[in-house]
Amino acid sequence: MTDSKIDIIRLTAADIAAKVASGELTAVEVTEAHLARIEAVDEKVHAFLHVDREGALAQARAVDAKRENGEKLGPLAGVPLALKDIFTTDGVPTTVGSKILEGWIPPYDATVTRKLKDADVVILGKTNMDEFAMGSSTENSAYGPTGNPWDLTRIPGGSGGGSSAALASYEAPLAIGTDTGGSIRQPAAVTGTVGVKPTYGGVSRYGMVAFSSSLDQGGPCARTVLDAALLHEVIAGHDELDSTSIDAPVPPVVEAARNGSVQGMRVGVVKQFAGEGYQAGVVQRFQESVALLKELGAEIVELDCPSFDLALSAYYLIAPSECSSNLARFDAMRYGLRVGDDGSKSAEDVTALTREAGFGDEVKRRVILGTYALSSGYYDAYYGSAQKVRTLITKDFEKAFEQVDVIVSPATPTTAFPIGERADDPMAMYLADVCTIPSNMAGNAAMSLPCGLAPEDGLPVGLQIIAPAMKDDRLYKVGAAVEAAFVERWGHPLLEEAPSL
Amino acid sequence: MPGITREEVAHLARLARLELKDEELDHFAGQLDDIIGAVARVSEVADQDVPPTSHPLPLTNVMRADEVRPSLTPEQALSGAPAQEQQRFKVPQILGED
Amino acid sequence: MTVTTDLVSYEDALATYDPVMGLEVHVELGTKTKMFCGCSTELKQDANSQTCPTCLGLPGALPVVNEIGVESAIKIGLALNCEIAEWCRFARKNYFYPDMPKNFQTSQYDEPIAFNGYLDVQLEDGEVFRVEIERAHMEEDTGKSTHVGGATGRIHGASHSLLDYNRAGIPLIEIVTKPIEGAGERAPEVAKAYVAELREVIKALDVSEARMDKGQMRCDVNLSLRPHGREEFGTRSETKNVNSLRSVERAARFEIQRHAAVLNGGGTIVQETRHFHEEDGSTTSGRIKDNAEDYRYFPEPDLVPVAPARTWVEELRAGLPEMPRVRRNRLREEWGVSEHDMQSILNAGAVDPIVATIEAGADSAAARKWWMGELSRNANETGRALDELPVTPAQVARVAELVTKGDLNDKLARQVFEGVLAGEGTPDEVVEKRGLKVVSDEGALTTAVDEAIAGNPAIADKIRSGKVAAAGALVGAVMKATRGQADAARVKELILEKLGVEG
Ligand SMILES: [Mg+2]
Ligand SMILES: [Zn+2]
Repeated sequence: MTDSKIDIIRLTAADIAAKVASGELTAVEVTEAHLARIEAVDEKVHAFLHVDREGALAQARAVDAKRENGEKLGPLAGVPLALKDIFTTDGVPTTVGSKILEGWIPPYDATVTRKLKDADVVILGKTNMDEFAMGSSTENSAYGPTGNPWDLTRIPGGSGGGSSAALASYEAPLAIGTDTGGSIRQPAAVTGTVGVKPTYGGVSRYGMVAFSSSLDQGGPCARTVLDAALLHEVIAGHDELDSTSIDAPVPPVVEAARNGSVQGMRVGVVKQFAGEGYQAGVVQRFQESVALLKELGAEIVELDCPSFDLALSAYYLIAPSECSSNLARFDAMRYGLRVGDDGSKSAEDVTALTREAGFGDEVKRRVILGTYALSSGYYDAYYGSAQKVRTLITKDFEKAFEQVDVIVSPATPTTAFPIGERADDPMAMYLADVCTIPSNMAGNAAMSLPCGLAPEDGLPVGLQIIAPAMKDDRLYKVGAAVEAAFVERWGHPLLEEAPSL
Repeated sequence: MPGITREEVAHLARLARLELKDEELDHFAGQLDDIIGAVARVSEVADQDVPPTSHPLPLTNVMRADEVRPSLTPEQALSGAPAQEQQRFKVPQILGED
Repeated sequence: MTVTTDLVSYEDALATYDPVMGLEVHVELGTKTKMFCGCSTELKQDANSQTCPTCLGLPGALPVVNEIGVESAIKIGLALNCEIAEWCRFARKNYFYPDMPKNFQTSQYDEPIAFNGYLDVQLEDGEVFRVEIERAHMEEDTGKSTHVGGATGRIHGASHSLLDYNRAGIPLIEIVTKPIEGAGERAPEVAKAYVAELREVIKALDVSEARMDKGQMRCDVNLSLRPHGREEFGTRSETKNVNSLRSVERAARFEIQRHAAVLNGGGTIVQETRHFHEEDGSTTSGRIKDNAEDYRYFPEPDLVPVAPARTWVEELRAGLPEMPRVRRNRLREEWGVSEHDMQSILNAGAVDPIVATIEAGADSAAARKWWMGELSRNANETGRALDELPVTPAQVARVAELVTKGDLNDKLARQVFEGVLAGEGTPDEVVEKRGLKVVSDEGALTTAVDEAIAGNPAIADKIRSGKVAAAGALVGAVMKATRGQADAARVKELILEKLGVEG
């Protein structure tokens, strides 16, 4: 469907929105181009679990009609988006990557879904993910893995691998992810895209199927920093249906993305984000990024955050604990899968058989781990201690942010690993999130954006930027400056180096 | 370092309503033992006088006015039900009491 | 399985053992909406018509606390002389049960909103017993299951169950006493009086109708025995869902007798839940509480802490109504009635109607007389509560006024009530329609009296000879002739006048 004038699918969201608004493109044209791309490549990539062709086209037609009638359009009107299959969509299947919800059609929209619709964004479909967002590779999806568009034999990150792969394969210019321990940033890093975990409470969790309530946060995924900011503004903001939602204005993220600069900023480098387990090419690109920041006028400050060493351990107690409770509702009584109901078995047996059949290994592992950590007798040692670690991490961040405006680190210790490599080694898999987890624990804001390819494997490396809670705009200010400098240095956006599919 | 036994895993699986197969029990017991061994480090701070953090943001008193909002229709409520009867969710026999 | 339970006589049980009780009462609040969502709490017959993603536990849905739920909890806490937490959290109580949509109950655990209080209860003989309150906390109700295919709708033997989640999420306040010691043989009476008094308090606060018959208030009776003189408590049984005042007393009594029998026989009490049977007042074994029961409580991450501002708490404290026991004692003195009569008034649910009738202008004796007499009788006959009768305190006051003015006598007044209760209109309308007016026309009365004397010469002679008491028969004759519409006192005066006798 490549047009002679413009290649629609390679446009940024900002450009598409502008062209739809000016009438240069119709929303239907844009949507059709992306649906055609999905048709062409998704068999290989497997980014989508469900493509809502009719719904997307209907929304596109509505946007075009609105424009023709001279009605005011949203800032992202007519821009296609890939929605992680963790957000409920009224009338459209929502599976959370799990067999236990196969075929479930929610009777309600998540707040994020509603905000996207209200903003005239065109939702193309639902993207693949690790089951219940538990994983760092999307291999834990009950519906099969997603390939990394840079190398289809490698993982696209997780849990939001479908969203990152959709962006990197030009199936959608925008996507939504959720980040409990890094599930937006880690997939962004390994696919050469941009992903932002807003401050906890910045984006409503209502209708986002819970994994770990105190850590989960939805956020924008895109190919450019500005696109991420535009999407951030659309989905963020107070929601009275989510008690943990922040009742304050959304930080000026778009303005920040349009005015990238690090001049005079103090940028922290935490010594705990280095050492064993970090791939050489990742370390190299990170160091180059730090040098770049210095060139751009930032002051680099070394930081010590000793509690970060305990973050991973604390995370693997808190997240499983909360998930063991959040996932209890999948009991075969009210919705979803029911197995073994032969008229003779009890409800209890049917629940246990259904959960056995409907949950994958990683979910079972975490449910058992969480059940253990919350048991009387273990609570203080495990869950209680993990919550204390959380306090210490928050304090380390507070101390750090007294000295610096933002912190930078590699987003992941390695580039995309081959599908299957860590499939049966949970601890190795968990290490993929070692850099991203501290921000979930503290609830602050963080972004990953591309900072080059690792020389040894030619795969993308992500730079993580961390800002204090409610200072999400700083991510975009710094991110935009770094992105512009890199694109100038490379001569083009990094993603253009990805092989064509 | 505290470990976790196969029996404990079986007990936890029952609590969590997971009808694990024998081979799964073996498999998980080994893995969980490794994971618990690794994460048990957190108990280093158990004695420290630090308040636990249950919520990442220090919000309090988020409440709503006592005003009725529209409910789902019974059809919507039951739309995902594996089985239904008399506009109610039909579930297998419930054993045990209260 | 038939369970025969050996019992020891109540007196013998008490001779050997000292009962210790714990009472857990769940009160359904009368808020407009559920505790954590905006669904209406008005219980409808239409199953699953008052549910939403939140109270159905749909994936993705989140709770938001009902402000009036919290306010009601604080009011209850204050009325029970509790401390109100400066900061507290909700917690998840994790266990699987099909009537609980999320398979955890959003409740409170080690940080209840109210704690450390007491409630003074007055026993039948006027003795005041202080029941210490451990805590009052907020939580949510479950859905309702109907068991199908079994013999009597019971869970046992059912082939399957049907669930209606309209009730799921309705706010509950759970009020837990500290161990009640020292009640001795009066333990069952204390239990009943406590629940009765608590119900009065809840009603006075206007946070719930607290109707036990409608399940708005449900009681669990925990009971253990220890030999006299021992400090340490015995093992307790937990009798669930004892849902009337009488049953609370019976359940405690039964458990005392049953425990004593087990202990006397050298057995040990198992910690278990028990079910109370209305029919014969017995309890039977339910679920054994082994260590498989592990609720894995942890702070509810989807809700933020509740930190009631002290100014708010003090405002609520200042707005508390007079507590029922204080009010009852005040009214009892004002009305000049005995403890026993006051108790009857209370039991009849007549306190508020009487107060309202007095406020509407009646004197207290008249108000009591009508509510405790004619109207209570009608309520009993028709199976209604006094406040469900189609008569207002103002109407009762109006009838009393008509009696005082001499427009009605008691007999006519009863007919007026009969008409009002039958829906014939206001008292004045009934008087008008039925033509119920005391005959005060002296001419008509005089004629009737003359006729009565002429028709009963023997009686008239008796009266002339000084037997004034015999006048009653003539009065009766006159009343009959005037279809009860004469003023009996005036009739008697006229008869005595005519016969020349001093009254
Ligand atoms: Mg309770
Ligand atoms: Zn509801």
